[in-house]
Amino acid sequence: MSGHHDDGHTHEQSEPEIRTKALESLLVEKGLISTDEIDEVARLYEQDIGPMNGAKVVARAWTDPEYKRRLLEEGTSAIAELGYEGAQGAKIAVFENTSDVHNMVVCTLCSCYPWPVLGLPPTWYKSEAYRSRAVIEPRSVLKEFGTELEDEVEVRVWDSNSEVRYMVLPERPAGTEGMSEEQLIDIVTRDAMIGVTRVPAPASAV
Amino acid sequence: MNGIHDMGGMHGFGRVPIEVNEPVFHEEWEGRVWAINLCTRMPAGLRPEIEVIPPASYLRYSYYEKWLHAKVEGLIKAGLIDRDELAQREVAIAADPAAVANPIIEPARVTERLERLHTFNSPDTEPTGEPQFRAGNEVRVRNINPPGHTRMPRYTRGHIGIVQQLWGWHRIEDQDPPGVMTERAEPVYSVRFEGAELWGDQAEPNQAVYIDMWESYLESPETTGPNSESNGSSKS
Repeated sequence: MSGHHDDGHTHEQSEPEIRTKALESLLVEKGLISTDEIDEVARLYEQDIGPMNGAKVVARAWTDPEYKRRLLEEGTSAIAELGYEGAQGAKIAVFENTSDVHNMVVCTLCSCYPWPVLGLPPTWYKSEAYRSRAVIEPRSVLKEFGTELEDEVEVRVWDSNSEVRYMVLPERPAGTEGMSEEQLIDIVTRDAMIGVTRVPAPASAV
Repeated sequence: MNGIHDMGGMHGFGRVPIEVNEPVFHEEWEGRVWAINLCTRMPAGLRPEIEVIPPASYLRYSYYEKWLHAKVEGLIKAGLIDRDELAQREVAIAADPAAVANPIIEPARVTERLERLHTFNSPDTEPTGEPQFRAGNEVRVRNINPPGHTRMPRYTRGHIGIVQQLWGWHRIEDQDPPGVMTERAEPVYSVRFEGAELWGDQAEPNQAVYIDMWESYLESPETTGPNSESNGSSKS
């Protein structure tokens, strides 16, 4: 993608759009960035770094008990085994959701998020509503995502205020025992790895 | 700082706005702002610039508008761009979208950038002493109100939690006074707070918050009170 071939006459330019173009132009002319550098980094986060990475980590953990043990013990290196590392992922801790404990992740101060495994956060994760409410009324927030938990299930909310980033290992749904690692990758969702939903059993497995 | 960004526990923001099949970027400029931000990182980071956005603007701006605002302010402060030249360029581009810079293509720069983004930049530093607390210790969050950047959310202040584990020694990110970075590293602990401790009778059942605490945010509840002058980072 490139913003430089946009003819601009087909739509009204918004204020931030104009400001962004002005800023990029100045930085390019001063030699502080190159156009292809911006093209490529934007493309990277739009296409290559996203929850499909985390889904591979989860599917591996569901099918390989030894990998799961390493992942829960030392998330960063276990995730790096699959090739995912870098910005906002220098220290990643993974917590397992079970029938007794439900973990969910928030960043009340900012929108910190484990980029190498989940990509950039969705708008709701960055919203005032989620950031304010997740720590004080997590069950009510979970309900808005369709996740109803019995009172007996302990809810643990992880507020990402340090440089440690968190990811949730969702519970493997019942009825998926016959599925391969490749098939499992397809059923893992971003929201389940943030901990606001469970991974639903695939229709074919019900 | 006790800013609008410190949102944990606030009321009044309504339902969580869930968008199904949301694109990574809703507008092309968002992706470009994001990339510009990552390609022109500054030592102090941009969070302090986001936190000083006036509250009314903070709530009005979208996420990427906040980063755009912070990036512009950071670059101006660093002397890398000038406010007037940016304003003039905006006027030119508003009048004629073709008034943008001619593209500069530098493949070597792209390669170097991608390598840097994939670099394993651990926050861990060498320990410079013994951690004051251990897993299982009860700790109280000190009542501090630094006017600059801090990683202590205000909803934890004065509350008692239990240390779960030591993550390691990380550089303290707080800026006190504002704008001044420190290179000091401290132990960072994962601390568990029960919902009822943080929220009293309003707490939902069976809920806990886990949050990371630099050692100087904490004091021992047995030896000090919430208004103690003692410094939680001092070694006993």
